[in-house]
Parts: sequence; C-alpha cells; structure tokens
Amino acid sequence: MSAAIGNTILSLPDQATAQIPKRNYINNEHGLLSWLLTGDHKRIAILYLISITFFFFIGGAFAGLIRLELLTPQPDLVAADTYNKFFTMHGIIMIFLFLVPSVPATLGNFLIPIMLGAKDLAFPKINLLSWYLYMIGGTLTLAALVLGGVDTGWTFTTPLSTHYLNTHVITAATAIFIAGFSSIFTGLNFIVTIHRMRCPGMTWFRMPLFVWAHYAASLLMVLGTPVLAIALVLVALERLFGIGVFDPTKGGDPLLFQHLFWFYSHPAVYIMILPGMGVISEVISTFSRKRVFGYTAVAFSSVAIALFGFFVWEHHMFIMGVSNYSALVFSLLTMLVAVPSAIKIFNWAFTLQKGSITFETPMLYAFGFMGLFTIGGLTGVFLGSLGMDIHLTETYFIVAHFHFVMVGGMLMAFLAGVHFWWPKMTGRMYPESLSKLAAVTTFIGFNLTFLPQFILGYLGMPRRYHAYPPEFQVLNVLSTAGATVLGIGYMLPMLYLAWSLKYGAIAGDNPWQATGLEWQIQSPPLTENFLETPIMDHEAYDYEWLTNKTKKEVTTVG
Amino acid sequence: MDSTLATPHPHETVLHAEHEHVVLPQHRHHFETEEQQREAGSFGMWLFLLTEIMFFGGMFFAYLLYRNWYYPAFAVASNQLSVPLGAVNTAVLISSGFCMAIGVWAAEVRKRGVLVVMLILTTFFGLIFLGVKADEYHEKYELHHIPGSSFSTSMFVNPAAYGIKEEPLSPDMAQKTQIFFFLYFAMTGMHALHMIIGIVLLFWLTWRAHRGDFSAGYVAPIENFGLYWHFVDIVWLFLFPLLYLINRHPLH
Repeated sequence: MSAAIGNTILSLPDQATAQIPKRNYINNEHGLLSWLLTGDHKRIAILYLISITFFFFIGGAFAGLIRLELLTPQPDLVAADTYNKFFTMHGIIMIFLFLVPSVPATLGNFLIPIMLGAKDLAFPKINLLSWYLYMIGGTLTLAALVLGGVDTGWTFTTPLSTHYLNTHVITAATAIFIAGFSSIFTGLNFIVTIHRMRCPGMTWFRMPLFVWAHYAASLLMVLGTPVLAIALVLVALERLFGIGVFDPTKGGDPLLFQHLFWFYSHPAVYIMILPGMGVISEVISTFSRKRVFGYTAVAFSSVAIALFGFFVWEHHMFIMGVSNYSALVFSLLTMLVAVPSAIKIFNWAFTLQKGSITFETPMLYAFGFMGLFTIGGLTGVFLGSLGMDIHLTETYFIVAHFHFVMVGGMLMAFLAGVHFWWPKMTGRMYPESLSKLAAVTTFIGFNLTFLPQFILGYLGMPRRYHAYPPEFQVLNVLSTAGATVLGIGYMLPMLYLAWSLKYGAIAGDNPWQATGLEWQIQSPPLTENFLETPIMDHEAYDYEWLTNKTKKEVTTVG
Repeated sequence: MDSTLATPHPHETVLHAEHEHVVLPQHRHHFETEEQQREAGSFGMWLFLLTEIMFFGGMFFAYLLYRNWYYPAFAVASNQLSVPLGAVNTAVLISSGFCMAIGVWAAEVRKRGVLVVMLILTTFFGLIFLGVKADEYHEKYELHHIPGSSFSTSMFVNPAAYGIKEEPLSPDMAQKTQIFFFLYFAMTGMHALHMIIGIVLLFWLTWRAHRGDFSAGYVAPIENFGLYWHFVDIVWLFLFPLLYLINRHPLH
C-alpha cells in the first residue's frame, strides 16, 4: 500500500523483540479510582478523549436524524418541534461538548506539558476539576435531552428562549454554564503552564507551533467564556423571574443578548479552530521533513486571530437592525481575520514546497484540512460582506460555511492529531491501510454532504426547517447520501483505533522521526514524563539536530 | 525564602546540588522550585480575576446601554437607594480589605496570632457588609421594588403621594425603573454571592491559619485569597458610584 503512494518515514522497532515499556503512565497505577482521582495530565487527556468521543457520536446521531428528515421535501419523519430539538441538541453537543474541548482537552492536555519539558500542567487538580465540570455539563445536557429536549437552537436567541418556548432551556443553559467553566480552567491552566513551566532553553520562539496555537486559544477561553456565562445567567433570571432585561415589551433589548452571546460565541469559533491549526503545523512539518516556513509569522498569526477574533462578533447581527456604520466597521474587521488565517495556509504550502513529502494518514487528514478550511474560510469572507450576507444569512450557505470550517477544518485536524500522536499516547500503531481508507472516505463523504448545501443556500433554502420545496430534493438527497458516507468515515477510526490498543504494532519512541520533545521520550510516556528535566538546545523542527542525535545514539550503542 | 524551617527534598538536593535549593512540604512534585510554584499560583489567580472582570463586564455593559436609553428612570430609581447605607458599606468593605492586607503581611512575616485576628476581622467586616445589604434588600422588598410580578411603579408615577420630591415619570418610563432595579439586584447580588463564597473560604483559611499552616513560609493561599478579596472590594468601588451616586442631583 505504502509503496503505491510513495515512501514512508514510518520506522517501527523490530516487532519480534520490541515491547511496550514496562513502566508507563497507563500501568503506573491500577483500578478505576486511580483514573478518576488522577492528577496526571495524560490520564486526564484520556478521560477527556473517551468522553468527547461519546458525545461526538450522540451529536452525530442527531446529525444523522436531521439528514434523514431532509431526505424528502415532506415533513414525514418527525414533527416540526421535534426537528427543532434535533438541531438544537446537535448544535449544543457538537459545539460545547465536542468541538470546544476536542483538541485542547485531549491532545493539548496530553502534549503541552511534554512539549514544554514539564512534568505536568501547573494545576493538576484544577485540570481534573475541569474534566468533572465537563462531565456534569454533559450529564445535564443529556438530562435536558431525556426530559424532553430543548428547541431554541444552540444560540438561545431571546426572546424566543425567554418567552416563547417551554422546553428545558434552563437545564441546558446550566449545562453550558458549567461546561464553560471547564473550558475556562483548561485555558487558565495552559496559559500559566506556558508562561511558567517551560524547561531550561525553551524560549517562546522555540516552542512548537502547537503550543503557540493553544496559547492563543486559551486567551480566548479565558476572556470570552465568562461573558457567555453572564449572558446565560441573565437568560435564566429572565425566564425564572420574568424580569425584562432582554424583553422589548418591558424596555429590554433582545439585541443586547446577541451582543453578549456572540462576544463569546464568535471567538469560540477560534477556540475551536486554533488548536486544530496547531496540529496541522506539527503534521505538515513532520511529513515534509522541513521546518515550518515562516515560524514566527505562523506563531503570531495565531495570536492575531485571537486578537481580531474579539472584534468581529457583530457580523452575526447584520440583518438584526444594527447601525449601518458599525456594520461597515465589523465587515472590514471580519475580512481582516482572513489575513492571519491565510498567512497560515500560505506558510504551510511553502513548508510543503521542496519538502520530502510522504502520505501517511495524519498527512492525508492535514491535506483535507488545508483544502476544506480554505473553502470554509473564503466563504466566510462572502458572509462578511454586507450585501452578500443579507442574501445568504440564515440559509444553508451559512450551514455549509461553518461545517466546512468546523467539520472540514477542525474534525480533520482532530483526526490528524489523534492518528499522529496515537502511537505516543498508546505505544501502538493504528492499521495504516485501513486508516488511509478512513481518511479518504471522510474527505469524500464530507464534500458530498456539504458542497450541495452551498448551492442550496445560494438558491435560498433556509436553515432550521424540516420541510422544503420539492425542487431542492436532488441536492438534499446528495447531502444525505454524503452524510452516510461521512458517518462510516467516522465509525472506522473508532473501531480500528480500539482494535489497535491490543493488536497494533509496537510503535517505539519515535515512529515518525519527528523532532518534538514528546517524541524523544518513551511511548507511552512515564507518569513524570521525563527522568530528568530536559534542556532545549535547538530550534523547533530542527531535523538536522534529530539526525545528529540519532547518529550519536547509534554510535553509543555500537 | 528562609531556609531554616524548611526541609530540603532529598532527590532535589542531589539534582540541584549546585543551587541553594529549598523545598517546602507544600511543594508539589511537578514544579522545579518552590518559587516557580508560587509564581504559577499567583499568575493563575490573576488570570482567574481576569475572567471575573469579563463576567461582571457583561452586566456593566448592560448598565451602560440601559442608562443611556432610560436616563430619567435610572435617575429617579437610583435616588431611592440610600447613600448613607451605601457609604457605610463602602467604609466597612474598605476596612475589611485593609485587614486582609495586614493579614497577608502577617503571614509573610510569620506572625500567626496577628494573621488569625486579621482574618477574623476581615470576616467580621464582610458579614457586616452583608447584613447592611440584606437590610437594603428588605427595604426594597417592602416598597415592591424587586423586579418581577410584584414590582410596582406607583411610587415613580405619583411620587407626591409617597412624599417623595421627584418629577413624576410617565407610566411608560416608570416601567423602565424595573430594569434599573433588576441591574441593581443582579450586580449587587452577584457581588454578594462572591462575598459569601469569600467568607466561606475565610472560615477555612482562619482554621488553617490557627493550625499554623501559614506560619512557616508557605503563604500562597493567603496571598491568592487576598487578591480575590481585594477584587471583590474593587467591584463594589465601581458599583457604589454607578448605582448610588452617579444620578444624584440636589433635591428641589
């Protein structure tokens, strides 16, 4: 298989003699309690990985139900209000319980301390607390679901959410409030760790770009999430006590809710995508055997995205009666965000140029990310333009746009990262051919699902309706067919990754010949990560350093 | 750091024999040095306070918006708050913050007795503040100024009947006083909630201080709690002028 596509840099130890290290973080302690009460960032990452996978498949089931309803123009599968509950639960679960914690809480949690040469995050107990808060938030979301669901949409738009709907808004809002604190604590932990826990020699500009991306995302988590929290508190108070802070009949302003909500929820988009961009930087560099082109530019573009990301929220409200002048300013700022994102895409492209590219699974997902994120990002510029936005907003064009960024971008990056670091996390390789098949299936399924939605939206099919005019059926059938393929693409990794836990080939310390500190220690790592504090004496992505180091090791052994 | 009271960690001394390296019992294994742990802790606290600023910021933003929209209602409604009680509470809270600051100093110079007394005084002033606040809330309850179904605008529509020297508001504008009172209760209520959490923590810290936990050079919890307590003070120092003072004008 690999010969057909090209060479591979994969180098595994001799399987006849290789074995998983005797002592590692997985077998350091035994029993369920040793996991539930752990302070080890690696174990907490695994707890997160299991929980977000669980919620991903629940959210995915709702996506499947939505697509099934839209297979025919008639409302034949479910009633309108049930359909509203489907897309609300899909949105809430996928955004707050999957996308926001996806890369940071799993890969970030696992890797940031190791990449910085530290033994753990700064606050291990707060890290564990953040997982428990996540689980409480998740349980409450499931409770809202089981008790009868919520139908406000994930945006909790007032006065719909405060006056007109009588579903479990408060339960769901509480769930998100609590899950929000989980995200705040993760971000806080990362920022403090990055500032205070770097090993000797690890200067800011020697940090892997994965860490830079997480730093920027953490700033957004820490500054944005509290504003969502207060917005949800106000919604709950308005529902409970009938006070009128968002109710126009009592003098309140529903737009104020929009301002507060999107002040978090737009930056939240960057909370979701930035860590994914960090993964892509690592993967692209490793599989083209080159230092990331324009390291500093890529690092600062993460921070720039975080900064600009705070000043674009009003573009969600262009048709809601905001002042034309402020809309002009926000339109301009929205387009400015495209600049740092483009800097990243161009720098990755230049990294590939003249690199020794190989096509392992993480790289296939990374290529998927680059293409799909570019389309998602550029259609975002369409939507940032005032005139276009009035035509396209609240149509399937929006749906397609953010699914290209979130699913095409972030989920691809998440899967790239999970495959890339799977040998580090578990000590075993996933099956290569099957995983390539999954990557290609995901890519095809994704495009089949969401490309037709751009056309549907442009033709004027509104989002959030369970029925549509018959002339839209062909494109909707294509989209539903694509969703089926996509579903298979996501089921496959879960199955073969679980399989590989027992039967996968032993990976060894550094199967990808990568330069990061995490690859210089055993797989799976020790609980304390490093036997002695490492000293960083070279730049990130220094493949010459790695070659020299490997040579030296061989000499020593010989 | 004073090294006489602390015991060096055996393996750390081996690894870092060249540094004069001291490890306190509270030192967590994943920090290289105690200094690093202390810096990380206080940095984390500052970041947490930043999230608190953003949390309160949402309500300040709402206040800004509605005050601009419904100025007459805000002016009349804020005149119903008692400046003397607010001023007393401000003084009480500043005293509480002062005691906390002395407490941090006492912990740093390892005066256990002073620390315990100061923590008790901090708690005492905090409780007085909450008591005065509860009295103010009770008055609003009696006047039907708590937003919701029992809210009454009659005092603002017909102030003369209540013996209040104010210009009467149109019924429509008088309705907007409810937004003022909602913001008043939401902001001072959220502030009071932070104080209650703080007082619970103070009981715990006082007990630990009494036990002598903070008399051997380990003062991070006291310092970080001090930051939190001062933050709560500062929030009040913004709330008091915004809610009580800003619309004051001499009565005719």
